[in-house]
Amino acid sequence: MSARTIVVTSGKGGVGKTTTTANLGATLAKRGRRVVLIDADIGLRNLDLVLGLEKRIVFDLVEVAEGRCQLRQALIKDKRFDSLSILPAAQTREKDAITPEQFAGIVEQAADVSDYVLIDSPAGIETGFRNAVAGANEAIVVTTPEVSAIRDADRVVGKIAAAGKPIRLIVNRLRPEMVRSGDMLSVDDVCDVLSVELLGIVPDDEEVIDTTNRGEPIVLNESNRLRAIYDKVARRLEGELVPFTSFDNQTFFGRLIGAMKAG
Amino acid sequence: MIEFLKRLFGQQGSSATAKERLRLVLMTDHLELAPEMIEAMKRDLVELISRYVEVDRERIEVNFERQDRTLAMLANIPILGVNRPNGNGAVTHEAPKPQPEPVATVAAPPSDSKPPVRKRKRRKKSQRARTQLPSTA
Ligand SMILES: Nc1ncnc2c1ncn2[C@@H]1O[C@H](COP(=O)(O)OP(=O)(O)OP(=O)(O)O)[C@@H](O)[C@H]1O
Ligand SMILES: [Mg+2]
Repeated sequence: MSARTIVVTSGKGGVGKTTTTANLGATLAKRGRRVVLIDADIGLRNLDLVLGLEKRIVFDLVEVAEGRCQLRQALIKDKRFDSLSILPAAQTREKDAITPEQFAGIVEQAADVSDYVLIDSPAGIETGFRNAVAGANEAIVVTTPEVSAIRDADRVVGKIAAAGKPIRLIVNRLRPEMVRSGDMLSVDDVCDVLSVELLGIVPDDEEVIDTTNRGEPIVLNESNRLRAIYDKVARRLEGELVPFTSFDNQTFFGRLIGAMKAG
Repeated sequence: MIEFLKRLFGQQGSSATAKERLRLVLMTDHLELAPEMIEAMKRDLVELISRYVEVDRERIEVNFERQDRTLAMLANIPILGVNRPNGNGAVTHEAPKPQPEPVATVAAPPSDSKPPVRKRKRRKKSQRARTQLPSTA
């Protein structure tokens, strides 16, 4: 039992939890870490699809919880990075098909055979979220720079902090040109209102949809800038001091361009 | 053109508005999520004010209201009467610790020489928490 167990959560849906889990997991595996990704989104399973592993599912999380199979039988190895595997969620079960204790037990087992367990939490603050948080020792909160996502992120930050677990923030889908023109909250603004330590800034990138269509994490794409960005996130997670790219600061020049565009 | 200049000089697009709105809404969220904190604050507030005036503890109301760019705490604390100040000008009523009797009695004039404090009982309309000093004329 040595692994770090980290829940990836957000409050609001669709802000990039699954994308973050898949790409961060793949990056850590590329760095030689043993990684288990757990899809805790029972009923709305997606992590397998994003990673292109959907055809290889035999058993799922709930079946492991119910003792119908061993954890290692349910884990799907990702052949592209031989130290990455995923535990898929059950697709046809209810959210409460598993108790927090059962979930925590599975995470513990996964932690025995890995260096990192990343838990892809469902949106919301109900059972699925509570299970996912209960199983982890740390949290990554993902948000986009939008008011509703940030407000919801604040709710989950409050809940996780109340449980005494350390939290770090990933700001996803940032559009630097909009920040420069003053039409999008900057990362500084987001960190300011949430008062959470920053782990990463991931820009919005059209290619994410394309690679997701094909079931390949974007970090496999050598020419995409997100590869280097997730690498930085992974290194920070491992304790390295990696400076942040300053592509999100508002500048006079940026405002000039923004003003011209708007005018 | 004005829009252009506004954007160019400091006044940005919607992001400033977003930040301001978020700040407020999160403050409100946090207050709603911390009822014990508000109760504790009420208790402390009553304690403090009771050192100076007698308040109607049953009818205290504390509310939070958004006023444009800030969140305001509005405390409605009905005052039943004003305590007579004692020798050292401090607390008599419900002081947390009993005040020791002053030993030296040089400067302080006997409290009788002061004009009598009007004790108004049970006002119909509750007063705001601003303490009104009894007129000394
Ligand atoms: N950095 C990005 N750039 C562009 N698109 C992105 C980025 N991150 C995520 N997306 C897209 O946003 C959508 C939602 O992402 P994702 O499924 O990861 O969110 P989620 O938080 O897991 O959603 P849910 O709450 O439904 O589980 C997807 O279509 C994904 O491709
Ligand atoms: Mg998801």
